[in-house]
Amino acid sequence: MEALIQNIINALSLSSLYALIALGMAIIFGIMRLMNFAQGDFIMVGGYAIVILADLPWPLKVLATLLVVVALALAVERLAFRPVRDSDPATLLVTSFAVAFLLQNLALIIFGSLAKATTLSPFLLEVWRIGDLAVPKRDVVMIITTLLLLAGLVAFLDRTATGVQMRAASEDFRMTQLLGVNANKIVASAFAVSGLLAAVAGLFLVSTTGTVSWNMGLNPLLVGFIASVIGGLGSLRGAVLGGFALGTITVMLQAYLPLELRPYRDAFAYSAVLLILLLRPEGLIVERTAKERV
Amino acid sequence: MAARVKEHWPLLGLMLLTTLIAQVHFLGAEVVSREVTTALVNLVLVVGLYIFIGNSGVFSFGHISFMAIGAYTTAILVIPLSIKPYILPNLPGFLADAHLAFVPATIIAGLVAAVFAAIIAVPLMRLSGLTAALATFAVLVIVFVVADNWETFTGGASGLANVPTQTGVYDALAWALVALVVAYAFQRTRWALKLRASREDEPAARAVGIGVTLERTIAFVLGAFLAGVGGSLFAQFLGAFTAQAFFLNITFLTLMMLIVGGFTSLAGAVIGTIFISALSALLIRVEDGVDIVGLHLQATRGLREVILALIMLLVLILRPRGITGGREIRWPFRSAQPTVGRS
Repeated sequence: MEALIQNIINALSLSSLYALIALGMAIIFGIMRLMNFAQGDFIMVGGYAIVILADLPWPLKVLATLLVVVALALAVERLAFRPVRDSDPATLLVTSFAVAFLLQNLALIIFGSLAKATTLSPFLLEVWRIGDLAVPKRDVVMIITTLLLLAGLVAFLDRTATGVQMRAASEDFRMTQLLGVNANKIVASAFAVSGLLAAVAGLFLVSTTGTVSWNMGLNPLLVGFIASVIGGLGSLRGAVLGGFALGTITVMLQAYLPLELRPYRDAFAYSAVLLILLLRPEGLIVERTAKERV
Repeated sequence: MAARVKEHWPLLGLMLLTTLIAQVHFLGAEVVSREVTTALVNLVLVVGLYIFIGNSGVFSFGHISFMAIGAYTTAILVIPLSIKPYILPNLPGFLADAHLAFVPATIIAGLVAAVFAAIIAVPLMRLSGLTAALATFAVLVIVFVVADNWETFTGGASGLANVPTQTGVYDALAWALVALVVAYAFQRTRWALKLRASREDEPAARAVGIGVTLERTIAFVLGAFLAGVGGSLFAQFLGAFTAQAFFLNITFLTLMMLIVGGFTSLAGAVIGTIFISALSALLIRVEDGVDIVGLHLQATRGLREVILALIMLLVLILRPRGITGGREIRWPFRSAQPTVGRS
């Protein structure tokens, strides 16, 4: 029983991380039809921000990380994606592939190939003990932060003019532009939000693994990618759901797969993804706008 | 005869170009010859990628998994029997005793990859374009994870070694030419024409009765065959490899070659491969350190990738249809009636 509860807590915290990553990708996808391969590397840059600012008190570290990653996301949008925005989705996809490759190798040149150890705050490493149960404070912080962020995002999308325009753009970008909404502003806002989510995901990830390396963006990328595919491309609710599904599948496979099969955990997880795609090719949640208009 | 040559110039011209470029290996040392071979092996991979992506317009991130399958199949088939029991002690009997020569091993590698592709194509090719592209990415990860762990067949994370290194420049060249012929022959079939119609405008293509599933599957499997062959050549060129060799870096590199060249034409595949290979060879010399007019320049690891990524971004922004603009090459001499149109 304790083991199960422990696994559920693990699953919830991992799922929170996954949901944020997937959401960051889904927001951009919804508007631009761009699956951003560089999302994982936004997270990586956030990680290095934490490493560089290691001596600051944690609130400043958090703030600085958020700023750095949001600024990076905006810069990438302006320099790389805006010039190709009107191209077909394939070109956008490949552009993001190139951005990802660029960021990774810049990090490799600047920081070297060895992983760097760091922590956000020692507090996160502590554990609450309830009977036999060990609840890492980090997990609780992650779950609560995610819930708050999701609530904030919903409020932003529902209540603010920019948020409403973003939702309109993800329904029909062309029409939204015709109605006088500034496309540059909307896309930039989407990247800012996406960067913010990536930064928080980076904070979570670094406080979980304790290390930062130039290629740490790969796993988050795969996760975000898969979660948003499972959830239904471009659907924000789908991305959260997909993130939770993938997080839960991963933890449960890790816990309950026979020992000799555990190295294949990811292969099983991705097979589950293929299975979901088989049964529901459009993902779990199908947006009305998923099919291209003719 | 001349008319024939003119008609098929998009193929013959490229074959000529590839053959000429391959002769660069006479110029320099061993290292140049290795670079030429690598480029030709990459050309086989890129042409395989082109057959699917170029015709269907659907992106595949999974082709390198076919390359992996080709490489491992070959390794199992060609590692000498005297060493095989030590490298792969748990192989099933018929594989443990199998020993094939270069050509049959390469063909079988391609076929195994093609069969695998045909199986996964059943679910994948039902998906809409972008979802299919994303699903191929899942395939890439699955094959990587399995290859990295399945010690019986792949040697696990430590990889395989002692594969006879028998891919020479001319072997690679021969297969590259075969790949070009296959791709060119395919793109003149009705399947490919239907695919191209669906690439330009899928709803319109569907409206005139083109169901793309079968056509996409054929292109996917054919592309996988070449990717398997490419993997086989790769294995027999390097002699040793791990699963890491078949993951994101090579996926990025081959996609980049295709896109920089222009992904809707065979000419794009060839010219992109030559361009990026040449650039890459140049940059690697800078990474190793070069002396230019008494100035010693040496770059750190990663610089080559950074520059390649920047060039790719520039091409995407300035020339989104690639260097060739996605067109086939034209008969270079004045002719009364141009026979080669836009692809």
